[in-house]
Amino acid sequence: MIPAAFDYVRAGSAEEAVSLLGEHGDDAKLLAGGHSLLPLMKLRLAAPAVLVDLGRVRDLSYVRDDGSQVAIGALTRHVDVQRSELLRSEVPLLPYVAGLVGDPQVRHRGTIGGSLAHGDPASDLPAAILALDGTLVAQGPSGSRTIAAGDFFVGFLETALGPDEVLTEIRVPKMGGAGWSYQKFNRRAQDWAIVGVAAVGAPAGGGIALVNMASTPVRARAVEQAVAGGAAPAAAAGAAADGLDPPSDLNASTEFRRHLATVLTRRALEEVAAGRP
Amino acid sequence: MKVTITINGQDESHDVEPRQLLVHFIRDTVGLTGTNIGCDTSSCGACTILLDGESVKSCTVLAVQADGASLTTIEGLAAADGTLHPVQRAFHENHGLQCGYCTPGMVMAAVSLIQEQPGLTERGVREGLEGNLCRCTGYHNIVKAVLAAAAEVGA
Amino acid sequence: MSILGTRVLRVEDPKFLTVGGTYTADLPLDGVVYVTYVRSPVAHARITSLDTSAAADAPGVIGVYTGADVDLAPLVGVMGMAPPAMARPLLARDVVRFVGEPIAAIVAEDRAQGEDAAEQVVVEYDLLDPVIDAPAAAAGGALLFPDHGSNVAISIAAMGGSTEPDPNLFDGCEVLVRQAIVNRRVAPCPLEVRSAAARWEADGRLTFWVSTQTPHGARNKVAEVFGLAPELVHVITPDVGGGFGAKVGGYPEELLVVWLARQTGRPVSWTETRSESMVGLGHGRAQHQVAELGGTRDGRIEAYRLVITQEAGAYPDMGSFLPFLTRSMLPGVYDIARQECIWTSVVTNTTPVVAYRGAGRPEAAAAIERMVDVFADEIGVDPTEVRRRNLIGNDRFPFTTPVGSTYDIGDYTTALDKALEAAGYAELRAEQSRRRAGGDRVAMGIGVSVYVEVTGAAGPTEFGAVEIRPDGSAVVRTGTSPHGQGHATAWAMIVSEQTGIPLDRITVVHGDTDLVPRGQGTMGSTSLQHGGVAVLEASQSVVEQARELAANLLEASVEDIVLDTGAGRLHVAGTPTAGRTWAELAEAAQSRGGLAAESDMTSQGNTYPFGAHVVVVDVDTETGKVVVQRVVAVDDAGRILNPLLVEGQIHGGLAQGIAQAVLEEVRYDPDGNPLTANLADYTFVSAAELPSFETVAMETPTPLNALGAKGIGESGSIGSTPAVQNAVVDALSHLGVRHIDMPTTPERVWAAIREARP
Repeated sequence: MIPAAFDYVRAGSAEEAVSLLGEHGDDAKLLAGGHSLLPLMKLRLAAPAVLVDLGRVRDLSYVRDDGSQVAIGALTRHVDVQRSELLRSEVPLLPYVAGLVGDPQVRHRGTIGGSLAHGDPASDLPAAILALDGTLVAQGPSGSRTIAAGDFFVGFLETALGPDEVLTEIRVPKMGGAGWSYQKFNRRAQDWAIVGVAAVGAPAGGGIALVNMASTPVRARAVEQAVAGGAAPAAAAGAAADGLDPPSDLNASTEFRRHLATVLTRRALEEVAAGRP
Repeated sequence: MKVTITINGQDESHDVEPRQLLVHFIRDTVGLTGTNIGCDTSSCGACTILLDGESVKSCTVLAVQADGASLTTIEGLAAADGTLHPVQRAFHENHGLQCGYCTPGMVMAAVSLIQEQPGLTERGVREGLEGNLCRCTGYHNIVKAVLAAAAEVGA
Repeated sequence: MSILGTRVLRVEDPKFLTVGGTYTADLPLDGVVYVTYVRSPVAHARITSLDTSAAADAPGVIGVYTGADVDLAPLVGVMGMAPPAMARPLLARDVVRFVGEPIAAIVAEDRAQGEDAAEQVVVEYDLLDPVIDAPAAAAGGALLFPDHGSNVAISIAAMGGSTEPDPNLFDGCEVLVRQAIVNRRVAPCPLEVRSAAARWEADGRLTFWVSTQTPHGARNKVAEVFGLAPELVHVITPDVGGGFGAKVGGYPEELLVVWLARQTGRPVSWTETRSESMVGLGHGRAQHQVAELGGTRDGRIEAYRLVITQEAGAYPDMGSFLPFLTRSMLPGVYDIARQECIWTSVVTNTTPVVAYRGAGRPEAAAAIERMVDVFADEIGVDPTEVRRRNLIGNDRFPFTTPVGSTYDIGDYTTALDKALEAAGYAELRAEQSRRRAGGDRVAMGIGVSVYVEVTGAAGPTEFGAVEIRPDGSAVVRTGTSPHGQGHATAWAMIVSEQTGIPLDRITVVHGDTDLVPRGQGTMGSTSLQHGGVAVLEASQSVVEQARELAANLLEASVEDIVLDTGAGRLHVAGTPTAGRTWAELAEAAQSRGGLAAESDMTSQGNTYPFGAHVVVVDVDTETGKVVVQRVVAVDDAGRILNPLLVEGQIHGGLAQGIAQAVLEEVRYDPDGNPLTANLADYTFVSAAELPSFETVAMETPTPLNALGAKGIGESGSIGSTPAVQNAVVDALSHLGVRHIDMPTTPERVWAAIREARP
């Protein structure tokens, strides 16, 4: 219930956070909203020696029109992504998905950057960013770099961020009115997805990404190709689990996950095709 | 580390360990035991309070993170003259509590929900309270209470 | 106009809504220190080494204690009926038998230090074969208690019954159906976890605070374990955040708090974490059943057998005895000529099983209601029609069943009629047909249950006392121990009804063994029919005393004294001015010992609440997800004292019963590791998974007590579970599905559909 003791330092900026991470090395973890990290620390599944708190870095919370894309500060809370008028009109998949993360209390604290940097394949936002072909911006000791979403999620709870890098911005292309869908299958409203599917229509790239079907969020490439080749939803969705070995756990067996993936992918494609009112 | 957190209008300045959870700060350091702890996985919402006017699970916030913030707990919800908040009154009138353990968190979550979501429907209330667990009431009367309070508040 | 039967808002509420309750963990105790328990991470092992030296040296640690230090005898469960070889040490000694079993206790100045020190305890284990499967454990395999020679803790044989089935039970039955049923293990999950604190006083008394449903039971247990006269033990039950049966009886961790207070000479407090509670607080249900039902082709049920293997958990506790209650309610509402129930309780390397809302009766109702549907499906008759043909008729009460329960009074046909009418059963079946004809991939299911259950069995008596103070207020003392049930309001209503003293001048005292001399506590839906009746009797006695006193003071005869409840005074009939108020009478009574009375009422027998539930579900045939759309509940627990409180109890029971049917189950892996040991993994039902409930009131007063009241507390969780389960099966019956075990998880539903139509 009570985390192991740690030292606590506050960063006033992304630069300062980078420098603090460099100073403390492996002993340090970044703290944003804390709703991925603190639950682990309370169960003592994680016990970093140093927490670098980004929570007061105000200028990393924003949603900006960036021409053909929308730029979102990494410390933008889920509730603010959910409410953003700009995102609702230009990238409607994202605020919808943000509104399904956790519960209202979680959404008042958790941040999009925190969720993405945590790299849990069962989280909702990583799959959405992946389907949207988003870009992540990371700041490190030698400056800023961009990482394509497809290269960002490397393994279970592992991203391409270096130990002294801070995620500062997420860029998502505007969807241009394309159809979209997010299918989240769970047993209780507050639960993680047992399996989830994020899909966008062709005008937005036709990306389809799966939640909790692998050690990272994954694109359902075979389905995307089938759709691009003109296949109807049911036929295309049959390939949803191709090449994947989904986890077997408390909530679903591997076989049931495969089945859910095809059903949910078909439903997502149907919803994409139907467009949005 | 020294923090100053305003709780129910009162400034509370104390020296805290970085690892102290906000809920323990509220309960043990400040002595306001109305806010309860019901789990250790951020699932139950019994610890819900308002932080700068928004509902948060105080078990998933460090006291140091809340430095400079303004909190409202159940003890600070009624008016200074004792007049109950519409949500408190609605819970009473609709028998929305039994053992009372989930109640402070449930009430604070409801206050925040009503503020943020005008035109609440039953579905909206049930989903809005997905993060607040109750074992006694079966939620039926809690939902009634929240809808009644929302109507009164004119939301 | 009587206050009884009206919707009186709770007098308890203001405190909870403004400052919150005062639960055991909230108590400010000067100089208190805190216990952290170290628990076994393995299900079955020999402890080969236990090194507490680093923990003992950790900052803030006052002492570390292990099983070797504890000089208290192991506890023999099931009210002493469990085998002595299966007694439970307060801290594990050489062998650990379930994940979560306490093996060491660390006392520290604050909780954080205790948690830190707990990580420093080093334990080495020699793993033993875990026994997780109860039916297998009954048959043999690894033994949890080699000295005992088997894993059987207790069986019907202990009650003089036979474990051999009658081979002729189903002779002559045209139709015989059989089904293996699992009534799965669930976790009670009160929102407040276990908490206790103890302080030995300078005068040799012990003050013990504990979150319990039974303060006097706790006092007696502590007195027994510590060899104290009960008067030396002062138990205080502060507000309790739910119990549901799991906070009855006393846990080793709570008794150790007392022992540690003695060892350290400091007040000691303990509050577990939720993760600890998920493995340390007792679990519920956990029966493996094989049911057989035989009857005629036109729907008469003639014979029924239920064979139960009850999971006891690692150390036999109340749960191992509950099949006794299951058997007592075997036939439910049906008139079945030949019946048999054989039960065995078996230890496994899992958390001990205790009572949980319904405690043995939900298991009975779930089995018979499932079998009636299976039988109906077999013979092709509508399940409601089969029920009608077999209900015990109204003219048969009091009705003694072949298993020996005497049902006081019931009207099962009306309950069923009301439920079907409120649900619009015919329209529901029509809609189901339309949707099936249309090939709707979301299948609609309608499930029905008619149930009866037993209440009042928690004890033969209860204590109640009423005293009128010289200021005209009344103080009620009750042996019940409410933790959400609203007794402060309900008992005040009874006293107000009898005396005319207004509600806001009546205080109800409970949960303090120094203030209330004896009591049964609150469990088993018994409080109103016993505790309420005791308060009623004490009130009536006080009124009688008042009339005699008034007669004396007013120089009239007692027969001429009238109690005007409206005005709250007694006066001479016909001469209202010649009277005395309650305050005046109480004042006058000061010299002769006060105006007060006590009652230790005597129960006239168990009562049998009943009802009928109809549930409508939608089942997504592609994903297996079940959504409960409508819940119609008719529940008759006799005369309703306060409809608000009754509805609240029904709602809470419905939620738990529905949760068991569709969502909740405790799971272990084959090595005995718990998989659902926190509230993120254990799918505790939230508001988003439930609809609002449609409750229909029905009152058939019992002749067995002056209030006409039975107990409502558990009905909701007894009738709803089978109705939901039957609804899910009904949704898929056109696909050939006949049975799905609960909880009807998406994967179970999907698997059932695949099996039925390969």
